[in-house]
Amino acid sequence: MSALLEVSGVSVSFDGFKAINNLSFQIGPAELRAVIGPNGAGKTTFMDIVTGKTRPDEGSVLWGEKSQNLLKMSEARIAQAGVGRKFQRPTVFEDQSVFDNLLMALKNERGPLEVLFYKRSRADDARVEALAEEIGLADQLHRTSGELSHGQKQWLEIGMLLAQEPRLLLVDEPAAGMTLAEREHTTDLLREAAKTRAVVVVEHDMEFVRRLGCKVTVLHEGSVLAEGSIDHVTQDPQVIEVYLGR
Amino acid sequence: MKRSFIANNPSVLIFIACLGLFTLGVTLMSEAFGTAVISTSFVKTLGKTLCLCLVAIAMDLVWGYCGILSLGHFAFFGLGGYMIGMWLMYARTEQIVVASLANAEIPPTAQEVTDAIGNQIFGVVGGSDFPAIWAFADSLAIQLALVVLVPGLLALVFGWLAFRSRVTGVYLSILTQAMTLALSLYLFQNDSGLRGNNGLSGLQNIPGAEAIPQSEISIYFFWASALALLLGYLLAAWVVSGKFGSVVRGIRDDEARVRFLGYSVEGYKLFVFTLTAVIAGIAGALYYPQAGIINPAEIAPIASIYLAVWVAIGGRGRLYGAVIGAATVSLLSSWFTGGQAPSINLGFYTIDWVDWWLVLLGFSFVLVTLFAPKGIGGLFDYLVRKGDAK
Repeated sequence: MSALLEVSGVSVSFDGFKAINNLSFQIGPAELRAVIGPNGAGKTTFMDIVTGKTRPDEGSVLWGEKSQNLLKMSEARIAQAGVGRKFQRPTVFEDQSVFDNLLMALKNERGPLEVLFYKRSRADDARVEALAEEIGLADQLHRTSGELSHGQKQWLEIGMLLAQEPRLLLVDEPAAGMTLAEREHTTDLLREAAKTRAVVVVEHDMEFVRRLGCKVTVLHEGSVLAEGSIDHVTQDPQVIEVYLGR
Repeated sequence: MKRSFIANNPSVLIFIACLGLFTLGVTLMSEAFGTAVISTSFVKTLGKTLCLCLVAIAMDLVWGYCGILSLGHFAFFGLGGYMIGMWLMYARTEQIVVASLANAEIPPTAQEVTDAIGNQIFGVVGGSDFPAIWAFADSLAIQLALVVLVPGLLALVFGWLAFRSRVTGVYLSILTQAMTLALSLYLFQNDSGLRGNNGLSGLQNIPGAEAIPQSEISIYFFWASALALLLGYLLAAWVVSGKFGSVVRGIRDDEARVRFLGYSVEGYKLFVFTLTAVIAGIAGALYYPQAGIINPAEIAPIASIYLAVWVAIGGRGRLYGAVIGAATVSLLSSWFTGGQAPSINLGFYTIDWVDWWLVLLGFSFVLVTLFAPKGIGGLFDYLVRKGDAK
């Protein structure tokens, strides 16, 4: 099985500080992966590089069957190619309704003119409703999303990501600030999503990662320290020293 | 779920009704078609006000909806005015020259006529040759096309450079100020080809319409301005409703997030910036024939700042807010600075509104920003909510 995303030998430094140091990472087309690591390990920078926000100093990031070079593409093009990203803080468009938020994210033509002359089809309506059902916001469709609870905003954002129909989902600390019940729902959503696409979850919370039950990549000082099952990495002496031992 | 455009935008219907009644009212009170309650010059003021409302709508689109605080949109307004002004001045001067040469013993050659026109127009800046930019001044159709093309192309090039480099926020505002300042300084030069600080004048005289009195022409322009405002309002309302509006408001609130949804933010900004520049150009082309004169001072940086103030006071992010702001503030402004407002005698000091109006305006701007960030339009929200609560 060839990889969907192949990051190899990537390094980036900010003002002399090496945020990412010769990092290599691979993920298959339908895989759930957790990325953990202490603060400053380069988790967020890693996501910035994949989504095109930060350009690395060296290395390559290849995408899909055709091995497209993501480093040559703009953020918008990368997103269109199928990389979706969820930020740590829920960022939904607060003064717009849940419906409008989802509709905006729905996979469709993205050019200004196509959008200007866009007419909502029944299929699109149905799609938005199905998504709202999936994220448990079916009865909130016409509420302004700013009024939603923190957990609901997180789900709305996950729903927006799913609406984009990405082939790779990058999720930054999805469980932060969630109640136990909300966490369980989120775990289910992510596991479900990973059946048909690649999902990378960046997480601090070891309990949450254990619940995901997937392969784990441990980052430290900008490169991969260990990779394997959660039990494997938590027994790795190096991991214990830099991360768990603290 | 699906509703018609009007049903989704009830304010559009109210706006159409108000504008229609206003137009009818002014027509019935005008000197040309009614009871002559309001003077021709006031009809012109009102017509000009409608044009200012139109450019305010453009400003609201670009700033209130898309979040680009452009402080240069009056440059586009002025360019629209200059483009139509060139034809007005050329055609009118041509008539005068041809009439004066009609009695000459030898019929003048085409070259002599052109030279004489050039002399008339550019004598004031010490020249007589037509600069290259006047090449199409004899053609109304081409100059009308330029009303749209010149502001549109300038906005396209400027916007492409600025947005591509991800210039945002206050830096972009400064850049747009620099653009309008540079343009105004350039036009102030005598050899700019547009008569330097004299500008273009006599624009109220429409060539070919000498037989029609100004009182009537003023009403025609008033109607044209009202129609343009109506179309501009409908266009803007259509643009901001629906998915395009969602994306544009998304860009205003969180540009990076929209980018990660796969929308090319730069393309959208450029589209809105250029579209609004074109609207501003059209508004200017209708404004200056009513004003009669255009000069580079019109596009000084302060003009574009006023535009932002109107929209802020009226309430940005709502189209009727822009209209209310522009109409209220510009009419008040001409009332205060026109010397009609009664001075206030405090005994030791007399408040003369011609001098103090700007202070009052500045103060109201600060107050609105601090205490009513949604402007006058926010008042409507409040009233509607109150009505709903009952």
